Amino acid sequence: MNKYFGNLVVGVVALLILLSLSVFVVDQRQNAVVFQLGEVSSVKTKPGLYFKTPLMQNVRFFDSRIQTLDSTEPELYITAEKKNVMVDFFVKWRITNVKQFYISVSGDMKRAQTRLMQTVNAALREEFGKRTIHEVISGDRDQIMQDVRAKTDTDAKKIGIQVLDVRLKRVDFPPEISDSVYRRMDAERKRVANQLRATGNAESEQIRADADRQRQVILADAYRKAQKIKGEGDAKATDIYAAAFGKNPEFYAFYRSLDAYKQSFSSKKDMMVIDPSSAFFKYLKGAGKQGK
Amino acid sequence: MGLNDPQWGNKNGGGPPDLDDILRNLNRKLASLLGNKGGGPSGPGGEPPTHRNFGSSAGLIVVIVVLLWFASGFYIVDASQRGVVLRFGKYTESTMPGPRWHWPYPVESVELVNLSQVRTIEIGYRDNVKNKIPRESLMLTDDENIIDIQFAVQYFLKDPAAYLFNNRDPDQNVRQAAETAIREVVGKNKMDFVLYEGREQVAAETTKLMQGILDRYKSGILISKVTMQNAQPPQQVQAAFEDAVKAGQDRERQKNEGQAYANDVVPRAKGAAARLMQEAEGYKQSVIARAQGDSSRFKQILAAYNKAPRVTRERMYIDTMQQILSDTTKIMVDQKNSNNLLYLPLDKLIQSTNPDAASSSGTRPPGKSSAGKSSSKGVSQEEKDAAALRAPDTLLTRDRGDRP
Repeated sequence: MNKYFGNLVVGVVALLILLSLSVFVVDQRQNAVVFQLGEVSSVKTKPGLYFKTPLMQNVRFFDSRIQTLDSTEPELYITAEKKNVMVDFFVKWRITNVKQFYISVSGDMKRAQTRLMQTVNAALREEFGKRTIHEVISGDRDQIMQDVRAKTDTDAKKIGIQVLDVRLKRVDFPPEISDSVYRRMDAERKRVANQLRATGNAESEQIRADADRQRQVILADAYRKAQKIKGEGDAKATDIYAAAFGKNPEFYAFYRSLDAYKQSFSSKKDMMVIDPSSAFFKYLKGAGKQGK
Repeated sequence: MGLNDPQWGNKNGGGPPDLDDILRNLNRKLASLLGNKGGGPSGPGGEPPTHRNFGSSAGLIVVIVVLLWFASGFYIVDASQRGVVLRFGKYTESTMPGPRWHWPYPVESVELVNLSQVRTIEIGYRDNVKNKIPRESLMLTDDENIIDIQFAVQYFLKDPAAYLFNNRDPDQNVRQAAETAIREVVGKNKMDFVLYEGREQVAAETTKLMQGILDRYKSGILISKVTMQNAQPPQQVQAAFEDAVKAGQDRERQKNEGQAYANDVVPRAKGAAARLMQEAEGYKQSVIARAQGDSSRFKQILAAYNKAPRVTRERMYIDTMQQILSDTTKIMVDQKNSNNLLYLPLDKLIQSTNPDAASSSGTRPPGKSSAGKSSSKGVSQEEKDAAALRAPDTLLTRDRGDRP
């Protein structure tokens, strides 16, 4: 019994060891390549539990997730107008054909990335060379990215890689050109500012002039109306006078003259040199003829 | 067992544990365990209870180990989390919050992902908007101007499994997508649009573009919001931009000043016009009224005159002459009586009467005026007396004199 139990323990341990040597787990995030004496015997792309011949076969795992290749420093690219732009980008890629990947770059991520980077770089340079700065910045940006992706993808297939995306990040001017861009922006703003001020001035002047015009018109109009009203008054008054005075023009002339004399000689400053022969002094010389 | 072994601890103190020692120790323990139990069958008709003891204790150990193994499969998913269960590395299910159980190692494993927590990345700055990163924040617009943008992206996970399995560095994806998306959007728009009226639209387009990119990578991430922290012209040209904004204000100011002038002048003119009209109306009415008054008076006088024209005529003439002569300075020259040359110092006469006239502009005392006239030849006393008599008429004539 004792012996049996001992054997059992030993047996279980041995079984476990054997099992651990012949079983392997492929994670959701991985692909696995099974080598038999250095030769690729099978590729496991589905996650799960797998068996292998212990000692004879060994397994290598490769990350099957999407990886990023980020260009660390922006590089200078030349556009169709022979101008430099600073460009950086990133590439999204994943291993799709593990066997191919292993064969072509012997499973070395660094080598794969270098290769990929070179391809993308070359493709980008070609695309940039065909286009002007403006097209690169705004119009054709999307097109460039798609073209480069397609081109890189065909090449990357040879090393078992799929390129999902090539995306431009910075497309900027180098510092020297940036400075002149700033100067241009500065001048442009000054132009806008001057224009705004001048327009403001003009608009203000316009409003003022309009106000002045309105004033003139209003005043003149009022003058016209006022004169008309006054004229009406005068006419009416004249009519009234004519109607009244017309009854005895001779008496009116007398009456009015007397009135006018009073108005004309009403101050001490008025000096009169009088000849006593006038009618007024008729009695100054004598009482005249009585009873006449 | 090894760790609890006192021997182990001692050995550890000195240096690396001696493998032989441990094996020996293990053997001894096993031997004592087996030997103890082995005692039963060695002796004939030995002690079955011991054997039974051994059997039950071994079974107990196995049961405990198995239970412990099962118990290690319990885990708790927090309310903000989701559990992702992998069986032999293969994704089987996502579990909801609450206490959960999975087949313990090595069959299943679980990974907890924080789902509801909103994550944030900052582009163009870190922590504080003032702490700019020009490498990220400066970008070119469609019209080849450079602008300075800082924004933050808030996102959360919509699919924990996708988040875990599809990308090597999923959170980095968001930053990359944000950078490329904002530059693409800004590159398609004019500077003024990005800086002023189009900020919201730029943010919205960036969100859309980012989501598209992240979906293409099956990243399991949902962008909830892109918030523009700051969109400015770069430092080098900021002064000019501010001046342009100021110019806009100046323009408004000038317009307002013009308007203020207009608002002052036009109503004033309207007021003046109204005054003119009122004055004209007043003039008209007063002229008519005066005419009516004058004519009425004339008619009445005429009526009276018609009754005795000769006498009235004479009276009126003499009245008027009296009034005139009493008010004015006069020199009577009787040329017929004295034909000799007469010297009249007119300027002196005027001088002598002037202060008099100045002092007595209103009511004129008759005595004084007679003093001024003393040099003249004939000043009749009757005239002065008559002045008192014609006073009522004077009032009338004064009144009439006011008429323009």
